[in-house]
Amino acid sequence: MSSRFRASLLILGAATWALSACDREERHSRSKPIAETVPAGQSPDTIWPGGTIPQTLDPRAKLYDNNAPAIAEGQFLYTQMNCVGCHSHGGGGMGPALMDDEWRYGGRIDQIATSIAEGRPNGMPSWRSKLTDDQIWKIAAYVRSLSGQPSKDAVSSRAESMSAGTPQTLTPHERLHNSDTADQ
Amino acid sequence: MPSKDYAATRFSGLNQITPANVSKLALSFTFSTATTHGYEAPPLVVNGTMYLITPFPNYLYALDLTKPGAPTKWVFKPKPVAASQGIACCDTVNRGAVYDNGRIFFNTLDGQTIAVDANSGQQVWRTQLGNIQLGETITMAPLVAGGKVLVGNSGGEMGVRGWVTALDEGSGKIAWKAFNTGPDKDVLIGSRFKPFYSMDQGKDLGVKSWPSEAWKIGGGTVWGWLSYDPEMKLIYYGVGNPGPWNPDQRPGDNKWTTGVFARDVSTGEAVWFYQTTPHDLFDHDDINEIILADMPWQGQRRPVMFRPARAGFFYVQDRRTGQVLSAAPFGYVNGYKGVDLKSGRIVPNHDKDPKVGRVVRDICPAAPGLKDWNPSAFSPLTGLVYIPHNNLCMDFGAMQANYISGTPYVGADVKMYAGPGGNRGAFTAWDPIHQKKIWEIPEDLPVWSPALVTAGGIVFYGTMDGWFKAVDARNGKLLWQFKAGSGIIGQPISYRGPDGRQYIAVVAGVGGWSGAIVSGKMDPRDPTGALGFANAMKDLPQKTTAGGMLYVFTLPR
Repeated sequence: MSSRFRASLLILGAATWALSACDREERHSRSKPIAETVPAGQSPDTIWPGGTIPQTLDPRAKLYDNNAPAIAEGQFLYTQMNCVGCHSHGGGGMGPALMDDEWRYGGRIDQIATSIAEGRPNGMPSWRSKLTDDQIWKIAAYVRSLSGQPSKDAVSSRAESMSAGTPQTLTPHERLHNSDTADQ
Repeated sequence: MPSKDYAATRFSGLNQITPANVSKLALSFTFSTATTHGYEAPPLVVNGTMYLITPFPNYLYALDLTKPGAPTKWVFKPKPVAASQGIACCDTVNRGAVYDNGRIFFNTLDGQTIAVDANSGQQVWRTQLGNIQLGETITMAPLVAGGKVLVGNSGGEMGVRGWVTALDEGSGKIAWKAFNTGPDKDVLIGSRFKPFYSMDQGKDLGVKSWPSEAWKIGGGTVWGWLSYDPEMKLIYYGVGNPGPWNPDQRPGDNKWTTGVFARDVSTGEAVWFYQTTPHDLFDHDDINEIILADMPWQGQRRPVMFRPARAGFFYVQDRRTGQVLSAAPFGYVNGYKGVDLKSGRIVPNHDKDPKVGRVVRDICPAAPGLKDWNPSAFSPLTGLVYIPHNNLCMDFGAMQANYISGTPYVGADVKMYAGPGGNRGAFTAWDPIHQKKIWEIPEDLPVWSPALVTAGGIVFYGTMDGWFKAVDARNGKLLWQFKAGSGIIGQPISYRGPDGRQYIAVVAGVGGWSGAIVSGKMDPRDPTGALGFANAMKDLPQKTTAGGMLYVFTLPR
């Protein structure tokens, strides 16, 4: 093997590594089927009496989080299902803001999916019977993007419909905090 | 009652506090309402007791004014369902309680009307009227007139079907219910209905002026104010916006939204209707206060109504027929070209017509109108109407709205900002006879508090950054001001205390549509927040914080 060939192999290897490091969405055309349900019991809480119980991330989270087609479809559904009427383009209104760093019921994608599916008592409707689980996960993926959680190459620089807001590629990344707000 | 009288003047006959001594006005006592949402209601004073109705959870407090510091006599907690907080479009406000015949009447956010014994604080009756599953809430103050408690629904942004209903004052049973859209029989339109203008005449216009079935989810709510003429036994009220905001989804005049109804108080029969903005384009609800007065007009004394409307025109109308005598803009308007007094029809400016798929810029006034729900005051002594209002314009992007019951039905991406001059609000003294401005105070923020005028010649109002102001009713000169702990959007009142002295009371507590950015802890980076109001209020979180607090003032002995 000539040294020249070895060098090009090295380059090829580096290129493969670089490509995989891009971490663009993975498409699972032949993945193992996963049960079509939204996560149940994804507690937003951060205190566990008697010690820490590790919360495992729902395995489906990986399929939707940081996934460009899921985020784009979620954005479309977010408008169509009138999420935008209450939460605006993340700034809130009738419902709380979704672009900031504060999460009453948890800011993980599976926690957000649970909030959408089950609803919350101060006015968030339960969408379990209106949307499919896949749709709920996609909306959750889009909601994550409002606070800049996905990488910039997974979000769209243009909204699905007219919007007076800034492009999502310019959304700053927020460090998320769970909060128990006493007055809500 | 919140409007002070059936004519809705918000004029107090008390005159101990005058321009000469108002600078000495001092705090007498305070009371925390234990709420952090927008406080739009006036305190209510009857027989030495002050009653306060809070935003959700709609506590009713009774304070004993005969004792030092006004201790709490009782508190009534109606326990409205928590989910109603997510159904109310523009903060979880309540606009007031009413007293009549030993009882206090008020509405809850989740759609109930409740009568409570004014002495004991015990419930007398409660009636469920609204259904939050359909997007209905109730935020308005009821009017008690002719033995009826009159109530209307909110939810014009949720695809509800608007109505006003009359409950029997004694039992709480429904006496009549009139819808504001749909067939004539539902609207209680019959032989007595005689609208003045041809545009409002015809059969079943509440169906025909809509695309098929759209009237069923077409809005037309009654969340503002009712007035009453005891001689004619007529109630007057304005009807809210048609839904959705996107006008392309509802071609037609959209009767009977964005107009004024006169109805018989005992039967609910419609007597006349006037549509202020047929086929509303900009969410210009017509629910503002209707002030009743008798006024000389072209040599004759006529029973009239004054209506500083959301669309920006000050209407003087004959209240027997609905005929428009005059309609002049009381601020900057470019969304309309004027009002044609012959046909009664507002003249649209087609340059500003929203269209699906494009953004129309610089529409004035913006969606909350040149003036929103917060009522003016009318002094029969000066003959002037004191109008607290906005100076806001907007960009409007219409898009297809999707109806899902119990969720918003809007179809518009809106962004508001200050109008010409850069001030977002103004307080204007208006001469209704000569249709002109007498004086005006520009305010940096929208003026979202109602006004009070007294026989002593002073006008009171509050600002969203918490200044409570007393100005001279003749010239608008600032005479006294007090900085409250939160922005003021509540109705100030004046009352004679058990000790015979004149008191001024107001509840601070920022919120409402304009203040939701603070009370709802919104993120100011999204210009479309709170239906586009957030863009105009980005600086409010730096200027005030939430929290309901009553302030009562009087002159030192």
